Amino acid sequence: MASMLAVFADPVAPELARSLDLAGYSWKGVASADEAADSEPAAGWKGAIVDCTTDPEGAWTFARTIRKSDGSQLNVLVLVGGAQVGDLELRDDLFDDFCLWPFHPTEFVARLRHLLWSAGDTPGPRVDLVEYGQLVLNLETYQATIAGRPLDMTYMEYELLKFLAQNPGKVFTREILLSRVWGYEYYGGARTVDVHIRRLRAKLGEEQASLIATVRSVGYRFGQSRWGS
Amino acid sequence: MDELLDQHRDYVLRTVEERGVRLVRLWFTDVLGDLKSFAISPAELENALADGMTFDGSSIDGFSRIQESDVLAVPDPDTFELIPWSEPGAAEARVFCDIRSLDGDPFEGDPRQVLRRTVKAAHDQGFTFYIAPDIEFFYFEPPVKGEQPQPLDQGGYFDLTTRDAAGDLRKETIRKLEQMSIPVEYSFHEDSPSQQEIDLRHTDALTMADSVMTFRLIVKEVAASQGVHATFMPKPLGGVQGSGMHLHMSLFRGDENAFYDGDDPHALSPLAKSFMAGLLVHAAEITAITNQTVNSYKRLVPGFEAPVHISWARNNRSGLIRVPIAKKGNPLATRIEYRSPDPACNPYLAFSLLLAAGMRGIEQGYALPEEADANLFEMDDAALAKLGIAQLPQSLSDALNTMEQSELVHDVLGEHIFEWFLRNKRREWRDYKTHVSQFELDRYLRSV
Repeated sequence: MASMLAVFADPVAPELARSLDLAGYSWKGVASADEAADSEPAAGWKGAIVDCTTDPEGAWTFARTIRKSDGSQLNVLVLVGGAQVGDLELRDDLFDDFCLWPFHPTEFVARLRHLLWSAGDTPGPRVDLVEYGQLVLNLETYQATIAGRPLDMTYMEYELLKFLAQNPGKVFTREILLSRVWGYEYYGGARTVDVHIRRLRAKLGEEQASLIATVRSVGYRFGQSRWGS
Repeated sequence: MDELLDQHRDYVLRTVEERGVRLVRLWFTDVLGDLKSFAISPAELENALADGMTFDGSSIDGFSRIQESDVLAVPDPDTFELIPWSEPGAAEARVFCDIRSLDGDPFEGDPRQVLRRTVKAAHDQGFTFYIAPDIEFFYFEPPVKGEQPQPLDQGGYFDLTTRDAAGDLRKETIRKLEQMSIPVEYSFHEDSPSQQEIDLRHTDALTMADSVMTFRLIVKEVAASQGVHATFMPKPLGGVQGSGMHLHMSLFRGDENAFYDGDDPHALSPLAKSFMAGLLVHAAEITAITNQTVNSYKRLVPGFEAPVHISWARNNRSGLIRVPIAKKGNPLATRIEYRSPDPACNPYLAFSLLLAAGMRGIEQGYALPEEADANLFEMDDAALAKLGIAQLPQSLSDALNTMEQSELVHDVLGEHIFEWFLRNKRREWRDYKTHVSQFELDRYLRSV
């Protein structure tokens, strides 16, 4: 076996360990992204399995962090409970495949095998540009331009704009933006979102500020509505 | 949390590389509220983000200690911004720092740490403190020592003057503010000649204190680039209004405005009333911080829309606290406006004391006195005494004496800043007292 799988779970459930062992994978449980980085084998991780059933908040933070770590091409399979399927929505960038918990061992191993096969087969870089109208975001370098002019932002402004630009035409409530962009219980509450939206509009400049529309008593929408309003 | 911090750092380092930043300015604030800065090269930034940069704090106002004078400046990556007025091709960035002692503890002389601590205490009780300041200032011809300041125009409130040099400066200032993540709500020509007002959108208190520091620098930078002098001096011209920094404040519990109560005739919750009561009870004690110069007290006089009395009202601009009527009864916009501070204060310390005074009112359940809606400037002392309305301190000396008795101010600022501030400001008062003014010469030289 060339390299190992990282398994984020606390603790690794016995049925998960057994399935991995029976299928012949070598793996190691990790409790945080830091630990995953520290204990990474010389050949690199082969992939990651993230169990969202015991500590969903921690699990998604872990998935987000390894996604963002420099040049990560790691394939991620998440395990979610039946009631958690909704959590997958708008987190498509954080995982490559998922499996329902409790899992059927044969299905789980089949999905894992297919995921690792596709990883081995297509090593090319991910698409790392987001474009909308005159706005271009380079996800690799964190740089953004509007009409060719560089757009300087703080980190959270950048993350918010990136999320919106990746989901144009869709209306998001403040709560959704808070949980998807900030990703944890930020103490400022949803008002933080309003403050950042206002700052982003100011930086986009008068002509482009309307890219982010306020949808009354709902939230915000980036770009044109899908119904053309 | 640490993982988030790592991503922040990564973002900062990456931006420095991509944008060709040549110099990173580390900003912090001394006890008197002056912005301090030293620059490092991008190569040192990674180190600085991880471990902080050591520097000698002994020559910074309020930082000096008897023993070791070295302290650490630890950049707060959330405040990293490119500086919009740097030379083309030689980009510069700034980042605000927290000051720590060499063993890593928050440094007791750092005003930003005072605000962090106070905000955290409120947060531990479930509250986020929001502030929006209305900042006034003057534009003058470059000052000549010994001469009266020369306004650029004789315009008045909301005036649109024909050769509106100040209007252009204001426009450019707003553009730069917005580039540095400081959104502006309103801006206009104020009442006095060459006086301007810029109102900022609310943010949490720590962000706003940083923003006020950046604001003062940008206003002065933009003015200086056009050969104009901008000043936040509270009362630069006798006989006309001075410059204040009215602070609109609210407390949020999660997404709810804790100041709002739709059933109350003023739309104010019991919590808002206790907060206001806390401000009124402790107003005199905190005035030395909200109005820290000798000159501040020449603004706090009757007849110029600055508060003199410790009172509140819905629509009475002679009181200390005003409760603005929120547009369309919007619960989110319910707030109170505290009117005595001036823009020469240290925003970190002023915001800390306002929050702590209000929280004290909530914790102790202070009762809010009656609204004072008469024009207090027209009432005599006996009438005011009957209403139980006291005055704000009349001079810096008065304010320092009251502050010295305050357990609240001592606890919020900590022994180090409390003691240093009183000592420094007493010296300022002594220097002022020995000065013989033009007023005295005009009045007494011939007649006595």
